[in-house]
Amino acid sequence: MDTHAANDLPAGAAAHGASHPGPAVYFKIGLLLFVLTGLEVAAYEIAHRDSAFGAFLKPIVVPVLLILSAGKFALVAMYYMHLKQDGKLLSGLFVFPLIIAAIIIAALIALFIYHYTFQRGML
Amino acid sequence: MSDHAHALHPPTSTGFENRKVAIWTFIGSECLFFASLISTYLIYKGKDTKGPTPDEILQIPLVTVGTALLLFSSLFVVLALNGAQRGNRKALIGWLAATIICGIFFVGMQVYEFQHFMHLGLKMQTNLFGASFYTLTGFHGTHVTIGVIWLITVFITALRGKLPPERAMNLEIAALYWHFVDVVWIVIFPVVYLMK
Repeated sequence: MDTHAANDLPAGAAAHGASHPGPAVYFKIGLLLFVLTGLEVAAYEIAHRDSAFGAFLKPIVVPVLLILSAGKFALVAMYYMHLKQDGKLLSGLFVFPLIIAAIIIAALIALFIYHYTFQRGML
Repeated sequence: MSDHAHALHPPTSTGFENRKVAIWTFIGSECLFFASLISTYLIYKGKDTKGPTPDEILQIPLVTVGTALLLFSSLFVVLALNGAQRGNRKALIGWLAATIICGIFFVGMQVYEFQHFMHLGLKMQTNLFGASFYTLTGFHGTHVTIGVIWLITVFITALRGKLPPERAMNLEIAALYWHFVDVVWIVIFPVVYLMK
């Protein structure tokens, strides 16, 4: 990667990419994402095996997968989408709908759990 | 406000280029769109009266490869953007080509998966799983396809030498969309395939 090329650019162009992390950080994040994906699949495989650790992992595999997924989501948003460097306005434009989205998912699931466990049971 | 926000565009009330604010607003609205699809999938999960069910049909190894390809493509596109911003044409074209290839392979994986499931008897109208699965992953696949087409247009622009560092924003906006497609899959992969 030509890291010296920025010296030949117009001042504005050089400044544009200056606050973003470089390839070394991107490769580290990529490796971390790959490892987290491996952990997700490993958690799934172990939880579905007949072993002592599998029996231990099975009840907690869903929270484990959700935590790993949230970690990967945050890494991509912060480093690859540059939310960590690009200011609060853009973060707000992403995080606010994300919170509403999470509330929608939780509310709909709660609503339908209520429907299936109580209302259908009463019929 | 970040220092570079004012660098390459006329002054705006936000300090950011309008196209960047627009793509983030669009991505925000897409979060709500996919939230509704994921909710629907989760609500209908396990409510099928007949098969095939997720346990019988979903293939983890194939989709894990697809997931890895999509994650790598996110790395490649951010490296391409880095090359574009630094005026490194070789890096820009090389990494962008790698991104597009990964995207095409992912779409190919999904087309193969859909064909395989159809062959096994899972259609949209078969059961609730079929309807919610094809809708959720189909809409995501459509987004990936649109992203690939978008990146190909940027790639052609770069090949013609019309993507100098001061126009790297053209790639940055496409890259933001591509990363969003990736983060949606980061949610879909465990929810649909690993929590079956």
